[in-house]
Amino acid sequence: MADLTFVRHEMVPEQAPPATSVGPRGWLRENLFSSPLNAILTLLSLGLIWWVLSHALPWIVLSSWTASSLGECREQIAAAHGEGTTGACWAVIRERYLQLLFGFYPSDLYWRPLLAFGLALLALAPVLFTALPRRLLWLSAAAPFVVPWLLWGGSVWVPVCVALGFGLGLAALRVVSAAAGGLAGVIAAGVVPVLWWLFLAWVAAGLLQAILPFGITPVESRAFGGFMLSITIGLVAITLSLPIGIVLALGRQSNLLIIKAICVGFIEFIRGVPLITLLFVASLLLNYFMPPGTNFDIILRVIIMVTLFASAYMAEVIRGGLAALPRGQYEAADALGLDYWKAQRLIVMPQALKISIPGIVSTFIGVFKDTTLVSIIGLLDPLGFSNSIRANAEWNGVVWELYGFIAALFFVFCFSMSRYSMYLERKLRTENR
Amino acid sequence: MSDLAANREIDRSRMAVSENVAIQITNMNKWYGAFHVLRDINLTIYEGERIVVCGPSGSGKSTLIRCINRLEEHQAGSIVVDGIELTNDLKNIDKVRSEVGMVFQHFNLFPHLTILENCTLAPIWVRKVPKKEAEETAMHFLEKVKIPEQANKYPGQLSGGQQQRVAIARSLCMKPKIMLFDEPTSALDPEMIKEVLDTMIELAQEGMTMICVTHEMGFARQVANRVIFMDQGQIVEQNEPEAFFLNPQSDRTKLFLSQILGH
Repeated sequence: MADLTFVRHEMVPEQAPPATSVGPRGWLRENLFSSPLNAILTLLSLGLIWWVLSHALPWIVLSSWTASSLGECREQIAAAHGEGTTGACWAVIRERYLQLLFGFYPSDLYWRPLLAFGLALLALAPVLFTALPRRLLWLSAAAPFVVPWLLWGGSVWVPVCVALGFGLGLAALRVVSAAAGGLAGVIAAGVVPVLWWLFLAWVAAGLLQAILPFGITPVESRAFGGFMLSITIGLVAITLSLPIGIVLALGRQSNLLIIKAICVGFIEFIRGVPLITLLFVASLLLNYFMPPGTNFDIILRVIIMVTLFASAYMAEVIRGGLAALPRGQYEAADALGLDYWKAQRLIVMPQALKISIPGIVSTFIGVFKDTTLVSIIGLLDPLGFSNSIRANAEWNGVVWELYGFIAALFFVFCFSMSRYSMYLERKLRTENR
Repeated sequence: MSDLAANREIDRSRMAVSENVAIQITNMNKWYGAFHVLRDINLTIYEGERIVVCGPSGSGKSTLIRCINRLEEHQAGSIVVDGIELTNDLKNIDKVRSEVGMVFQHFNLFPHLTILENCTLAPIWVRKVPKKEAEETAMHFLEKVKIPEQANKYPGQLSGGQQQRVAIARSLCMKPKIMLFDEPTSALDPEMIKEVLDTMIELAQEGMTMICVTHEMGFARQVANRVIFMDQGQIVEQNEPEAFFLNPQSDRTKLFLSQILGH
């Protein structure tokens, strides 16, 4: 029988790993050439990338920035780089980028949308990043009134009176629930502001304006266009669709039959209809139901429709998150004596929303891109604008440059949303970090 | 089965049972759809009692204790907890729930909150205790269950036994008058069962009213003052632990005991 005993007398010292497993060589080996098949795929991919770039880069670089029409562009490129060269005509972007960004917004007032969106970003920041000082949240509360005022202009008293409606609602809640019980308070808090907005707010704003006139040049909705329009619609739809979606998702799970039926009906109806149909309803049909002479702003109508559309999808995304939450979480919250709203706010929603982050952000991105559909009802979003630019005799035939520019801008917005969602997911991960 | 009886001296003198009624269940019935899960339950539990409920699976023992804090609704009869009758009145239900702590088989800690936040959440939001005071109370109870050093971790980073001890601490932070345990050790590894049972024994010695659904017969022998055996939604037998284990009366109990003690 063989000798099975073994005793080590000298310990093996620590040695550096072989050069093929660390450093750039190790990385290449591991990621690109780990097997013959992998090596072939790597080479094929490199070839494909080379082929695409070798065609695209000359087109992008050998271009004209200064021409004033497509024909002139072609002449300049042929003169500079030889006959037969095809290059991009970026001159169209140089000439029209302000229109693509702002539409027909008066050029001396460009500072207003810029300031408004800067303010909106600043207002969103404390909501998106919890590390920022909480005092910024005051700005977040003020932004919904200041931003529209900056965009549309007019009397400063209109946003003030609209904001006052919320104050009145809060006051009604306090006073009535102290006097007549909680349910009456909630009803009063809903009814009082609506009455105020429908009948009194405009009168009050007019009076205040007459007494103490202060305002900025009003800008008509018709002047809105380009990315400004997309961002306006997208921003409102995105910020409002989340809370409305949460309410709808909770309503869908409610034990109260009527509330449940309303929520299910709403969600299924909106999801069953294409957004374009809703937009046509907003632009054409709604006017038939309005009393003659009413001027219900077209952008407002579109925003309402896009928001409702996004909310229905949001509700279903959040319902997925709610369904993924174990039953035990509800039971533990109940067993501790938390009432329905506290349990929802402290236990259920933080977890359900966290689970739904990828779906929520997908919906956001989808809504933002869907804002380009408004070009179909004649609003001049970037796509609508590109059509009108191409209808121009000078720029007839410019396709790639315009769409490329629009695509690049959309990509910046959508990619940032996607990165933010990944950051948020990492931040909220509590298992074994 | 746990052999903790051997290595722990229990001071039964401190575990006196009061004359005051803590829970009064009268002619209580419950159905799941057409299925009659709880049948004619009559049970009076006094303050300071440690009651162990056992029985085969599906016998309704979990449902019974879940009725006590209205996680399940009963359809007939009455349940009075600490002088408050459980009806559809939500205020009464929340009041009872804040007086009755519950520990679940699967812990049900809130994974998005730290251990400390798990413990302070209900005192702050239900009892309106100031945050600082709630944190002090929470640390006190976390020390009691011997895991104060984990206070700032998340539940997902703790072992099962530690999580269950946090769940006990979380309930205790509400200063409950009654504690319900729904198979607290069934989801744990054997070596973790002991740490959880030790915590429960300590609690019993402080005079807490406890109702515990468990198959830990060692715990029942050592701590309980009454063992209730349930089968097919009914209370089949109840007795003091010694008599229950040594001299069971019904055939159903004898069969059950022979099955769980026989190995």
